[in-house]
Amino acid sequence: MPVLLEATDIRKRFGAHDVLRGIDLKAEKGDVISMIGASGSGKSTFLRCLNFLEHPTEGQIAFAGKPLACKRDRNGDQIVAEETELRAFRSRVTMVFQQFNLWSHMTARENVMLGPIRVHGRSRSEAGERADHYLTRVGVAHRRDAYPGFLSGGEQQRVAIARALAMEPELMLFDEPTSALDPELVGEVLRVMRNLAEEGRTMIVVTHEMNFARDVSNRVIFLDKGVIAEEGDPREVLRQPRTERLQGFLAAQAA
Amino acid sequence: MINWSLVVEMLPAFFSGLQMTLVLLVTSALAGLVLAVPLAVARSAHSRLARWPVFGFTYVIRGTPLLVQLFIIYYGLPQFGLIRNSTLWPLLRDPWFCAWLAFTLNTTAYTTEIFAGAIRTTPSGEIEAARAMGLSRAQVFRDVFWPGAWRRALPQYGNEVVQLMHATALASTVTIVEILRVGRDVYTNYLVLPESFGMAAVFYLALTVTITLIFRALERHFLRHLDPRSSATTVAAQQTGIQNVRA
Repeated sequence: MPVLLEATDIRKRFGAHDVLRGIDLKAEKGDVISMIGASGSGKSTFLRCLNFLEHPTEGQIAFAGKPLACKRDRNGDQIVAEETELRAFRSRVTMVFQQFNLWSHMTARENVMLGPIRVHGRSRSEAGERADHYLTRVGVAHRRDAYPGFLSGGEQQRVAIARALAMEPELMLFDEPTSALDPELVGEVLRVMRNLAEEGRTMIVVTHEMNFARDVSNRVIFLDKGVIAEEGDPREVLRQPRTERLQGFLAAQAA
Repeated sequence: MINWSLVVEMLPAFFSGLQMTLVLLVTSALAGLVLAVPLAVARSAHSRLARWPVFGFTYVIRGTPLLVQLFIIYYGLPQFGLIRNSTLWPLLRDPWFCAWLAFTLNTTAYTTEIFAGAIRTTPSGEIEAARAMGLSRAQVFRDVFWPGAWRRALPQYGNEVVQLMHATALASTVTIVEILRVGRDVYTNYLVLPESFGMAAVFYLALTVTITLIFRALERHFLRHLDPRSSATTVAAQQTGIQNVRA
């Protein structure tokens, strides 16, 4: 399978604090990669470096074989040199956030329509049809005219997934998509994500859901103190952790 | 008690005063609105170079009485030869322009602070989500940032417009014949209270009610995302005609 996204030696420093200390990642088309680790291990920071919401201090990111040319920002961190290249890249790599981040003054449907209208130049009617399609896919079409403030957390996150899907991205990043949800709402979001994985979408998922990591992903990466401590096939890595850190982490998760 | 024939006789004068009040109010409120948007953005920017001058401006304007500002512009500026000889002199000689300038500067300062407050409470996640999708900075401003800030600012901004309307009464001190000045003239000529200042009060009250109603309609439109009713009906409910049953 062709390599879709390749991150090389990603480092991130906040002041004197080294959050990421050299991480490599290769995502091939169709990969579902789960990133696990204790809070503070740097997994969310790493995910946010992949689309430059966080500016990595060092490292390189290549998409579809083409490295993104970077320059230094005011803090000396890396940012894609050309704004147009950054935007084109981001439109092909969309993100789902822990806090949903829906636009509160727009209905569910308008949330899903905005990206295709503004970034792809679709007409309102085209974008509306597409929004209905994806809202149906994630099972919230009946709530399409509701505003985010009146949707449950699970509904909001499914709208956010539809919003990311409507961009027809080649890669989807999920930043702890179920961590802000009440326990009884986690299942509906995970079901949607499982369906996406099954239809062959390429996904990188930062998660605390060990069942999802084991059953759905084809690769798991365990991050510890800013480095990859263990990675591989989830059935092997999660069943027979080699490092003490991962053993401890899994024991704590099970408890 | 009330001399109704005098009231009727003076109505045309009050209506022309009302017209003057409205023109002053609308032109200065619109100018203030347009100026306050970029100033509020600068006021809440990271860069001190952008932030401090705006803060200085709003601090001085908000820290001094509007009447003092009006007098400085109307009586003070002509004392400078530089201004009397400048191309702006024909404007600055005109009391109407002086009043408009004072009101515009004043409402710009207050509106800037209202908008800056709304900008400060922007949920950063909403901006991030838009940027993460490939929207340009200009698109984020137009579609996410400003609509959100405007909606948060709207109720307070409505109060500012009412206060500005009340403040236009100060224009009467620089020879402008607006509502209060008409009332004052009636009082001077006839020495009656209800038919002079009383009438002026009625006109101001009617204006307040009108502005309040306009802003209530604006809030119904712009703040419908906070109204449970706007989100209550589902597509399925619409199709099965539940709305009709309720109606």
